[in-house]
Amino acid sequence: MARMNMVQAINSGLDVMLGRDPRVVVFGEDVGYFGGVFRCTDGLQRKYGEHRVLDTPIAEGGIIAAAIGMGVNGLRPVAEIQFADYIYPAFDQIVSELARLRYRTAGDFSAPVTIRTPCGGGIRGGQTHSQSPEGIFTHVCGIKVVMPSNPHDAKGLLISCIEDEDPVVFFEPKRLYNGPFDGDPHKPAVPWSTHPKGEVPEGHYTVPIGKAEIIRPGTEVTVLTYGTMVHVVESAVRLAQVDAEIIDVRSMVPLDVDTLCASVCKTGRCVIVHEATRFSGFGAELSATVQEECFWHLEAPIARVTGWDTPYPHAFEWDYFPGPQRIVAALNSVMEAK
Amino acid sequence: MRQSRLHVPHPPARPGEKPDFSYVQISAPGAVARPDTRAPALEIEHLGSEMVRVLDGQGQALGPWNPHLEPEELQVALRHMLLTRLFDDRMQRMQRQGRISFYMKSTGEEAVAVAQAMALRPGDMLFPSYRTQGLFVVRGKSLVDLMCQCLSNTRDMCSGRQMPIMYHWATGNIFSISGNLATQFPQAVGWAMAAAIKGEDHIAAAWLGEGASAEADFHHALTFAAVYQAPVILNVVNNQWAISSFQGFAGGEHRTFARRGPGYGIPGVRVDGNDFLAVYAVTQWAAERARASGGPTLIELVTYRAAAHSTSDDPARYRPKEEWQAWPLGDPIARLREHLIRLGEWSEERHQALERELDAHVTACWKEAVTYGTLTEGPWLDPLTMFEDVFHEMPANLERQREELGRLVQNRAAAAPPAHDADTQTLAGEG
Repeated sequence: MARMNMVQAINSGLDVMLGRDPRVVVFGEDVGYFGGVFRCTDGLQRKYGEHRVLDTPIAEGGIIAAAIGMGVNGLRPVAEIQFADYIYPAFDQIVSELARLRYRTAGDFSAPVTIRTPCGGGIRGGQTHSQSPEGIFTHVCGIKVVMPSNPHDAKGLLISCIEDEDPVVFFEPKRLYNGPFDGDPHKPAVPWSTHPKGEVPEGHYTVPIGKAEIIRPGTEVTVLTYGTMVHVVESAVRLAQVDAEIIDVRSMVPLDVDTLCASVCKTGRCVIVHEATRFSGFGAELSATVQEECFWHLEAPIARVTGWDTPYPHAFEWDYFPGPQRIVAALNSVMEAK
Repeated sequence: MRQSRLHVPHPPARPGEKPDFSYVQISAPGAVARPDTRAPALEIEHLGSEMVRVLDGQGQALGPWNPHLEPEELQVALRHMLLTRLFDDRMQRMQRQGRISFYMKSTGEEAVAVAQAMALRPGDMLFPSYRTQGLFVVRGKSLVDLMCQCLSNTRDMCSGRQMPIMYHWATGNIFSISGNLATQFPQAVGWAMAAAIKGEDHIAAAWLGEGASAEADFHHALTFAAVYQAPVILNVVNNQWAISSFQGFAGGEHRTFARRGPGYGIPGVRVDGNDFLAVYAVTQWAAERARASGGPTLIELVTYRAAAHSTSDDPARYRPKEEWQAWPLGDPIARLREHLIRLGEWSEERHQALERELDAHVTACWKEAVTYGTLTEGPWLDPLTMFEDVFHEMPANLERQREELGRLVQNRAAAAPPAHDADTQTLAGEG
């Protein structure tokens, strides 16, 4: 076991796969010589050469299209989109091509592409460096969508994505790169070195796609969340002093309905928390699923705590961010409902 | 006082007006120099504004681009082009009879796909557009398979998931046709990059229409191809019309499409797309260059879309009916036939015999294809197969939905045994 932050864990996952599988290639804007703007690919080009770890033109549509062509030609491309906010020029290539290729050719062609992209706010990134567009991709048939919340899961899930036969969008909550952020920007930063999930095996291991994890067992209310908000929810639950079961969804497509709904059926209450905007956000799918599967066990309406339905405002970041205060209020309201 | 004005392009002629192709700059056959395949891109910019031509009006092959093919190869080429045309004609008629839902002909452009596929190697990967069915014909895909795709029947390579003509052929190294235009262009570059990364000498080739060259994907493809000097041939089929929009709406009024290549540092070659020999020679030149680490080539194939865009539009509403007759580069099949006749390797009688033979072949293929099902009369694929291939392994939510549809299908079958459903009955009635 080693101590790693999330950047080091992702780097280690790429390193392991580049070393194990000659088909793996890693590319994107600034990922080669420089090692990525967040350093996730640091040192990999030096180690594996510039035919395996490449810088690309600033053209997200071209990056994903090239990844598709490489995937069709037998490689296992890992493409980085520098910020999730920049992914939209590649939308057609992801939605109409990458996600559909297996289906439209009845399985004769496919491209096992992993798209890594940093998402989420809390870094003063304004509306072009803070978005959480995971929900948009969950609406596309044929592509898997995951988001780890810690170094251990980041490495294990990333390896699963690269080894998976289907395309995956791997969202990296960038506020968590250096430490588990609890939602209070005024507290001193906490590093991963003191967190149990900062312990990461150095070699190959996997965290399965499609499996949620119970972060904290509890009996009174279930909180469904993922990414940065896992840690914010943990903090809020301590503040609210409720015996909440916190579930890190981790994989949105496919979704671990059994784990999520077994918990809600047990606790009878459900709060859903994500950083992305609310309207048609992934929380809506979670809420509908819980309602369909757990209706007769519910003792209170399902509550959602999310980003407001506005673009991410630079100057008002902490009023926008769904912090512990709002989560505590939702927990209290759900607990009070009879 | 002057003020800014938009220039909204107009084609030289609309319905009722006299066709005018004076805007098409045409070089004399044999007149364009053939540079060494290792020539630096920026030293051969003339290839983007001139027009490589080999065949003259009398069926003679002239100049340095003559690929000097054997008569037997030319006869095979003629056969492929003619088969493509007769296949198109048959499928168009079958659409008019309501047997298939949609079709797109490549009439007048057969030399593009046929010559280019013949000039490439079987291991080279082809990324087709929707009007390059000749690629499948040259590589030997059975017409029955293509027809079954158009019929969405029980032998449909796409399992009933795609509109007609969206073919693919994995073992024949032909990629899947996308209805979203131009997406295949940068994908072909990625494929070619992978070939180079793996140290293989296969190259990729991709096709799109001049209209689709306006898409960002075109720019991505040329940028990536230039940056990495990928072994790829990028083909713009300039057939003058994108549905009802003439080539000026893709920027063709100001500069040839081939001349975009040098803007990226890529050779751009403009070729008479209805001249089988010229298309073959230019493709061979670009392939040799790519295989020897010389990087990509952009080829503009100047041709004319003789038929409608698809079975869904009537070209008489947006262009003069006489345009195809007035097209200065003629008919690719007639031109190769004249050449072979002039060589003493072909005759009108042999041509007519070949036409009869191929027509009978197309008829036989159609008769076989419909035994595997038609849109109107079945048999049909099991609708439950629609849930397969979304993912490599079916996730639980799709399994549940498949079960739900399975119950519906069973109940429907129990309620109304012989009929299929109302929509197909209507279609059958129209036929």
